[in-house]
Amino acid sequence: MIQIQDVHKSFGDLEVLKGVDLDVDKGEVVSIIGGSGSGKSTLLYCINAIEDIQQGRIVVDEIDVHAKATNQNKLRQKLGMVFQQWNSFPHLTVLENTSLAPQIVLKKSKKEAIELAKYELNHVGLGDKFDVYPTRMSGGQQQRLAIARALAMRPDYMLFDEVTSALDPELVGEVLDTLRMLRDDGMTMICVTHEIGFAREVSDKVAFFHQGIIEEMGPPEHVISNPQKETTQKFLSKVLH
Amino acid sequence: MLCEGVSMEYQFHWNIVFNKMPQLLNGAFVTLHVSVLAMLIGIAIAVLLAIGKMSDSKAISFIPTVWVEIARNTPALFQIYMAYFGLGAFGIHLSPYVAVLSALIFVNAGYLTETFRGGFQAIPKTQYSASKSLGMSSVQVYRYIILPQMFRRIYHPLTNQFVWSILMSSLGILVGMNELSGETQRLQSLSFRTLEFFIVAAIMYYVITKFVLLSTSLVSKRIFKGDI
Repeated sequence: MIQIQDVHKSFGDLEVLKGVDLDVDKGEVVSIIGGSGSGKSTLLYCINAIEDIQQGRIVVDEIDVHAKATNQNKLRQKLGMVFQQWNSFPHLTVLENTSLAPQIVLKKSKKEAIELAKYELNHVGLGDKFDVYPTRMSGGQQQRLAIARALAMRPDYMLFDEVTSALDPELVGEVLDTLRMLRDDGMTMICVTHEIGFAREVSDKVAFFHQGIIEEMGPPEHVISNPQKETTQKFLSKVLH
Repeated sequence: MLCEGVSMEYQFHWNIVFNKMPQLLNGAFVTLHVSVLAMLIGIAIAVLLAIGKMSDSKAISFIPTVWVEIARNTPALFQIYMAYFGLGAFGIHLSPYVAVLSALIFVNAGYLTETFRGGFQAIPKTQYSASKSLGMSSVQVYRYIILPQMFRRIYHPLTNQFVWSILMSSLGILVGMNELSGETQRLQSLSFRTLEFFIVAAIMYYVITKFVLLSTSLVSKRIFKGDI
């Protein structure tokens, strides 16, 4: 389980997170929605220890993410992350992209790592692209590669940072389908997203971020379909037109 | 008239050059030798200087900055003189080979520092965070993700520097080094077949650099797969 308790995060003088509390249970899908600059992506980076925090704490399966004694490289093996920009490794084939980390981080044999990578690539529908270089693929395919690459580490949690925002509209569907499939597999997921319809459909819990705090949180039928706070209503009326 | 009776037609005599072929080939070997060494050591130093130069700490970036400034803005001739005669004045007597090697290392490292720095900065920062998110250590990120991409970006500037280094080693002539130009100079002064010796030496330089360019291009096809 991921416990986020009173987290404050600043970049210089700018306080981006102003006391965020959020619990994510095993098997739960939590969507984070909110305007640009509300701190949603920053929270993901803090969970993954890519960013440090100034106050509060984040605990992943009893491990305090930002404690000095924590081995953050080891911790990140539990937390798969997919970014807005897919960040494929351009000098490696699709199969190498996916099998590298299991080999060098998890110390699996090459054969084992390749098996694992092939399984995950088949899972996201890239079974015919093993030897292709990612720059030859569409954004949607590269984003599915990024998902397979993270899954090959067999993480317990997946963090998705606006994974469809940089995609051409016609490619959004295939990536959202992949996320739906993961939800059906029982993966615990935190999705920062602008896809409100998707958030309503897949989430157990939706958190609306506004100016560095969680303004409203609850099941999607409350937060999205029947928001209580005025800021939430305003935001939704803007994004839903 | 002083010139009276002197024929202006130059008679080429190639035999003497061919007789001295073993010495010339030996000179060519020394040229290749010193350039390869200057390149390899230069690269190793340049990686460190580039990392130092990108540091936020002024104390750390000071030495690389001064190094690059001197190496790029003074003639290689001056650097060879400093290594040979300059250090000699302080009682440090380097052999011509070591003096030329040191000067070439100095200047290669200076130029390549900027090449590497550009190479590092051309890799998006997000490659680093994506690798980190997969649990890789910083060393692994550099070893498997950053350096391979950087090397292919800077590969062509690197081969250019290599060719430059081969041609610049001809300044060894000034300190009596036995590389190709020094050998040519010595042999022509014994025989006065200046033109013949220098024509053959020029052809040998051409063959060496062509050989280097061809082999580096073959190597690049083997090691660099995929696109950037």
